Amino acid sequence: MEHAHHVEHPDMYDAESSKVGMWLFIFTELLLFGALFVIYAVYRYMNPDAFHLAGEELNRVIGTVNTVILLISSMTIAMATTALQKGHRNVAIGLVSITFVIGLAFLVNKYFEWGVKFSHGIWPGSEHMISEMSHGEILFFGLYFVMTGLHALHIIIGMAIMVFAVRGLARGKVHADRPSLLDNCGLYWHLVDLIWIFLFPLFYLIH
Amino acid sequence: MSGEKHHIVPYRLYFVVLIALLALTFASVWITSIELRDYTVAAALLFAIVKSYLVLNYFMHLKYDKPYIKIMVGFVFAIFLVMIVITFLDYLYR
Amino acid sequence: MQTTAVNGANYLTYQGKYKGLLGWIFSTDHKRIGLLYLYSIATMFTTGVLLGLAMKFELLAPGKTIMEAQTYNSVFTVHGVIMIFMVVVPGLPAVFGNLMLPIMIGARDVAFPKLNLLSWWLYVSGVFLVLAALLFGKGSPDTGWTFYAPYSFKTGTNMLPAIFGAFVLGFSSILTGLNFLVTIHRLRCKGMKWMKLPLFVWTLYGTAWIQLLATPVVGITLVLVALERVFGVGIFDPALGGDPILYQHLFWIYSHPAVYIMILPAMGAISEIIPTFSQKHIFGYKAIIASTMAIAFVGYLVWGHHMFTAGMSGTAQYYFSLLTFIVAIPSAIKVFNWISTLYKGSINIQTPFYWAVSFIFVFMIGGLSGLVLGALATDVHVHDTAFVVAHFHYIVFGGTGFAFFAAMHYWFPKIFGRMYDKAWANTGWLVFFVGFLALYTPMFYLGMMGMPRRYYDYLEEFHGGNILSTFGSWVLATGFIIIVVNLVRSARKGAPAEANPWHGRTLEWTVPSPPPVLNFDKEPVIGENDGPYNYE
Ligand code: HEM
Ligand SMILES: [Cu+2]
Repeated sequence: MEHAHHVEHPDMYDAESSKVGMWLFIFTELLLFGALFVIYAVYRYMNPDAFHLAGEELNRVIGTVNTVILLISSMTIAMATTALQKGHRNVAIGLVSITFVIGLAFLVNKYFEWGVKFSHGIWPGSEHMISEMSHGEILFFGLYFVMTGLHALHIIIGMAIMVFAVRGLARGKVHADRPSLLDNCGLYWHLVDLIWIFLFPLFYLIH
Repeated sequence: MSGEKHHIVPYRLYFVVLIALLALTFASVWITSIELRDYTVAAALLFAIVKSYLVLNYFMHLKYDKPYIKIMVGFVFAIFLVMIVITFLDYLYR
Repeated sequence: MQTTAVNGANYLTYQGKYKGLLGWIFSTDHKRIGLLYLYSIATMFTTGVLLGLAMKFELLAPGKTIMEAQTYNSVFTVHGVIMIFMVVVPGLPAVFGNLMLPIMIGARDVAFPKLNLLSWWLYVSGVFLVLAALLFGKGSPDTGWTFYAPYSFKTGTNMLPAIFGAFVLGFSSILTGLNFLVTIHRLRCKGMKWMKLPLFVWTLYGTAWIQLLATPVVGITLVLVALERVFGVGIFDPALGGDPILYQHLFWIYSHPAVYIMILPAMGAISEIIPTFSQKHIFGYKAIIASTMAIAFVGYLVWGHHMFTAGMSGTAQYYFSLLTFIVAIPSAIKVFNWISTLYKGSINIQTPFYWAVSFIFVFMIGGLSGLVLGALATDVHVHDTAFVVAHFHYIVFGGTGFAFFAAMHYWFPKIFGRMYDKAWANTGWLVFFVGFLALYTPMFYLGMMGMPRRYYDYLEEFHGGNILSTFGSWVLATGFIIIVVNLVRSARKGAPAEANPWHGRTLEWTVPSPPPVLNFDKEPVIGENDGPYNYE
């Protein structure tokens, strides 16, 4: 290098890299939950009756409502990417905000659902569970709390990403030619949806 | 790389997909409420698989992505399946 | 957008946004991050070696020599955790992958430089978390690096920080893998087709997939152990219906592929070094790629060979044993490729070459002893004996460790722009190699005779072999000191190195030593007839 100068680090933005990166990250999440599904499968295979019995305790209606609203939220965030591509920034912001609110509603439902379980003395390691329940039921509820809990954590992370996406949109940093943050936010949210699609029947619909 | 134009998915398509997903959800609630014995789980999972296929393809845009991304996704699901099957080689024959 | 004053400077000397040390620990330059990893991993390796030496000292004589049984349990646990999660898993990818991968594919940096820096910070955080387990709480972990259930949530020792630390280290490893995958997919320079990638890059690619797809499984498993400790969820607790063997399944679903995280990049580095010092095209380029990907894939399917005596079903045992034998084939293919590359080459004997050849030797013994462990009948006999300890030290230490030193001596002039003292480097290698053989070879024998692993004590009949082994550990330590002192001195005072001291053919040898900040003045273009190992 003959000239002693300032060298600009090139702007490395590449929409496809961001997208592939996000997909790879989603893979890790899929396998994270995947391991839990393996555990579920094994214990269900070992304790079919207890799982059946314990499944009756869960509230189908709440489960179904949460499924419905989560699916709707998946649509709204998907629409947000379309809105951005069309250059309708405010529509995009609105759609992401709706998604955020629905995520919140999901959590509120979850809160009440867990609350009911707690009031029945059901939580991991609780006196009631250990003294009154069969091993299979303990495992069912153990998995129920771990899996829905971890899922709820992902909802929260997804909502946090939405906050950044909206901020980016509002400040004009995320726009039709640089949509990765919003796209990835959407991909992540769909992942959360995808996992719920399997959690729902496995816990709520095994009568 | 702003040059690469994305496929713009119309709002309407998303809406149609949502309707399909909701229909499948209610169908799976309904089918598991009738007595199918061992097939209950299978039925519920079948609906879940169709639903996730829709989410992956439309909401997650896989349908419009380059083939290598699709291959990767397929590969990951395959790995997961293999993981389950092999683990069950132990539990099924204990 | 960062602006950097270059003043004709290279990546070691340029002055970025921050000064001094901050200019390093906040740098997103892949080469600086590679060096950060080098220094951190070297520190942890030295710590691990000291713990290993302490264990060997304890085993110098039967009964208590320098430590109690409980101390010994903690020492082998911490030794294992450090060596696995902090040294050999990040090892070659984090150090030489970071330093060389972008240059080898003609890129300016990795795809996500900031994420790359985050990986290093996570690594350091993980290290401190694990160390916290040693200093605070009720005694340091004593479960072995495998954290087996149910002991890992029954023991009174300080498990939580160790588990959490291992989780964070896993996250760091995932992010590195993710970064490399995107980099290799998206940032290859013009003409750098897949079939023109250097083999080190290919092995990093396979490794990255394993890092990405296997690590989450152990991550969640460790989380479950932590939850078990805190809440008593019951998932792995036999008292509540859980199945501890399921823990083992999940643990090894990660940890077997993890041994390929350790060994694949090592094989990649050897595949760079052998052709360079034979001045010959690598034999079977495509076979090496195919075997790399085959190892990465089949490696997922064989985890149960760690559990033959744990109480699995017979069907599973047959299956795992069979697949274990199959996964040995691609590794053997590589050995044949290396040997065939040497054949009729004009061999230039230098330090990296010594390391590479001794790698092949040790790796072969380690691999063959693995088949003894993969066969159902013989494994029952040697399971949990010193034989296993000898086997995996031959593979991870003799394999990954030797390859690391090979790579270190190979890329050293590129990294630091200076050449080391070759006579001292060769002496260090010889002493180290002899020490290594004396340290671990007796363990094969001791294990066959029935000496169990993970005990601070042994029967008098095992005394002779243990004395030889402990003596070997001192020789090895001497070799290690010679190597480190030589490298550290040479990094500062060695003679300036040329751009291409070994006449290598990959892209990193076309840029000055040490490389400039942005690697290339202008993006390189690979012609139709250029290849990574084009020797006339
Ligand atoms: C100077 C070098 C080293 C010495 C002297 C040494 C020595 C030992 C000894 C004595 C044990 C315990 C055997 C027993 O009682 O069960 C052990 C265990 C182990 N070592 Fe090393 N070692 C060295 C380097 C390494 C390296 C480079 C690795 C890299 C992977 C490694 C990985 C392990 C692991 C994973 C264990 C098993 C720990 C456990 O049982 O949980 N060691 N080592
Ligand atoms: Cu293994």
